[in-house]
Amino acid sequence: MASGLRILVPVKRVIDYAVKPRINKAQTGVETAGVKHSMNPFDALSIEEAVQLRERKGPIKVDDILTLAAGGPKCPDVLRTAMAMGADRAFHIDVPEGAGDGGPEPLTIAKMLRGVVEKENINLVLLGKQAIDSDQGQTGQMLAGLLGWPQATQASKVDVKDESGTVEITHEVDGGVETLRAKLPLVVTTDLRLNEPRYAILPNIMKAKKKPLDKKTLADFGVEDTRRLKTLKVTEPPPRKGGGKVEDVDGLVSKLKELGAL
Amino acid sequence: MSGARNLTAALRRTRVSRPRLVLRPAIPQTLCATARTFSASSTVQAEIRQIKYTSDAYPNLKRDPKFGEVTADDVTYFKDLLGAQSAVVDGVTTDAADDIEPFNSDWMRKYRGHTRLVLKPQNTEEVSKVLRYCNERKLAVVPQGGNTGLVGGSVPVFDEIVINTSRMNQIRSFDSASGVLVADAGVILEVADQYLAERDHLFPLDLGAKGSCHIGGNVATNAGGLRLLRYGSLHGNVLGIEAVLPDGTIVDSLSTLRKNNTGYDLKQLFIGSEGTIGLVTAVSILCPPRPKAVNVAYFGLESFEQVQQAYLAAKGQLSEILSAFELMDGRSQRLVQESTGNKQPIEGEYPFYCVVETSGSNAEHDMAKLESFLENVMGEGIVADGVLAQDETQFQSLWRWREGITESLSHLGGTYKYDVSIPLSELYQLVDDCRERLTQKGFVGDDDSFPVRAVVGYGHMGDSNLHLNVSVRQYNKDVEKAIEPWVYEWIQKRQGSISAEHGLGVAKREFIGYSQNDTMVKLMQQLKSFYDPNGIMNPYKYI
Repeated sequence: MASGLRILVPVKRVIDYAVKPRINKAQTGVETAGVKHSMNPFDALSIEEAVQLRERKGPIKVDDILTLAAGGPKCPDVLRTAMAMGADRAFHIDVPEGAGDGGPEPLTIAKMLRGVVEKENINLVLLGKQAIDSDQGQTGQMLAGLLGWPQATQASKVDVKDESGTVEITHEVDGGVETLRAKLPLVVTTDLRLNEPRYAILPNIMKAKKKPLDKKTLADFGVEDTRRLKTLKVTEPPPRKGGGKVEDVDGLVSKLKELGAL
Repeated sequence: MSGARNLTAALRRTRVSRPRLVLRPAIPQTLCATARTFSASSTVQAEIRQIKYTSDAYPNLKRDPKFGEVTADDVTYFKDLLGAQSAVVDGVTTDAADDIEPFNSDWMRKYRGHTRLVLKPQNTEEVSKVLRYCNERKLAVVPQGGNTGLVGGSVPVFDEIVINTSRMNQIRSFDSASGVLVADAGVILEVADQYLAERDHLFPLDLGAKGSCHIGGNVATNAGGLRLLRYGSLHGNVLGIEAVLPDGTIVDSLSTLRKNNTGYDLKQLFIGSEGTIGLVTAVSILCPPRPKAVNVAYFGLESFEQVQQAYLAAKGQLSEILSAFELMDGRSQRLVQESTGNKQPIEGEYPFYCVVETSGSNAEHDMAKLESFLENVMGEGIVADGVLAQDETQFQSLWRWREGITESLSHLGGTYKYDVSIPLSELYQLVDDCRERLTQKGFVGDDDSFPVRAVVGYGHMGDSNLHLNVSVRQYNKDVEKAIEPWVYEWIQKRQGSISAEHGLGVAKREFIGYSQNDTMVKLMQQLKSFYDPNGIMNPYKYI
């Protein structure tokens, strides 16, 4: 393979995984206003892997790490984080946000990514295996199908073996792992055990501000935000009945008797 | 360390560590109770036996013969009074050594008493009856909350009866308009904070032991902690107190008013009194709204000079949103690294690290301020390297580098802890001087032949409050003699305080003269004997 690795890492801005989401009043989605958002954790793994591929100095040099996010005006926050971690440049695909709306559907995103891959001459796409807000877990697979590329999902290890672009991926399956081999170009989706994302260090946060961040639209890649699914209703799971406390052994015994367990 | 201690620690770790913005379901108190029960289980017995009795470690402390001894009749009285079986742990008429041990010793495994009776009253009335009876019978008592103190104040020295507040754990009221919380003394700090988090408020106190400590104990010891820089001390935030005097009088000063200039402010007497004049049964406390945006940065710095410059810059540029400025030295961070196995947030080694936290109401506004501050300190070369938490998980792991120091030290053996206030410019000099002194005496080394493992310093930079910790492989009188009273003299020379936030207890009692003059000590003793003429409240400690 003549050229180096040109990696695309799409990221999504989601409600922080440590925050407990609340359903909005209209029951059409979760409340997002005033809630802490951060990068989808699986996407942070993808960025980290791209940066590690560069640092490992494997058989193929990493020429470019392009990150992108599709969504509203706050997406640049996560893109700056991605660039502080080591991505070279970023696209913000401006998609207006509707209230309680889950954003474009996976197929729309996959088609848009195909457009980016073709225009930017990408030969490796690293995606989180799913976004923790919608939990669809489809985009990577759809993208591979649209491009006609090989795909390796749920990767816990990504290893570029030689200059001809052979990549070995450890794929997590139930009760074990499977080792896959494929040739570039390739789509890989990442799983939790792949790596431990780094902290964004201050000098890199500063540098990230100067890295190019271009604003684009879906139309730039020939895609429209059409929706084929409609969310009818979102509800909380039934609340868990709280446990009771007993004072002492006698209390426990009488409680158990009361419940007919003894 | 014993398996059970590790288990307790592990349980403590699995508990949600920093609620802050995160609205999580309140932690069931049973979990905390579980942690306690584990330390009470008999598996720890062998280890606990190794803790030295306080009465042996301090041979000049003698049991005061004026105090009565607990009899079987006393136990019967208390059992009738308190009713529930779990309210009395009786080691007088039965063999309950294993059940009583956790109430007799502290978590640092440094202090151990001889009590044979633990009482757990459920309300103020019960406390009043218990104390009145004890006062009449001249039975000495020790008020005890979560027993997380660091100076041996919450465990008995001889056979004092332990009055534990764990069953007084109800939140009485919360007014969202004024932000005033009224709660029983035995409410666990983290439970109170979770309760407030669900109501968009914040407990104005936060400290490492929050998963176990009781708010009554926090008030009785005037705990300082991590939020003091922003929200001030409990002397300001506590609006009212309900306490019981030794004669059974219930002091109902549970005011929820911010302003009340009617007579002496007697509640202040109980704040920081360490249970020597009365037992705090409930508090009303002013709670600020929970900040909507919290950010945290972690820095590596080349010198203490630069730490001071960074602090000044933070005060100047972050002013009203600055909520914590914590200092950790490189050694303390290495110890955390060794004990947790976590990867350090920044590469390379620095002699000093800081955690800077901002809390405000507008995320973008705060971030803009924080970024310009970061640009400034990086640009000026004050900070050598640093990271900024990008999400909640990173936020919590960065804080763990500061909050985990105490626990990491406890995994490694014993620790001599000194919690001192010193003028900022000389704050870290004490650690250097102490290390030099102990090294010259040949105590410090890397293998087991040296008693001292490391001399570390960390603390609340924003409050000029340093924690000097001497981590030892085993407690050793020679080491202790080399540190004390040298360290107190060092502090006295600089008009510092020998106990900034941990209190006096057994550990610092005899050294109060280094920070208070004779007149002050005399006035304090007068107060003590006025409110507690029989001296039954937490004897052998404080003053």
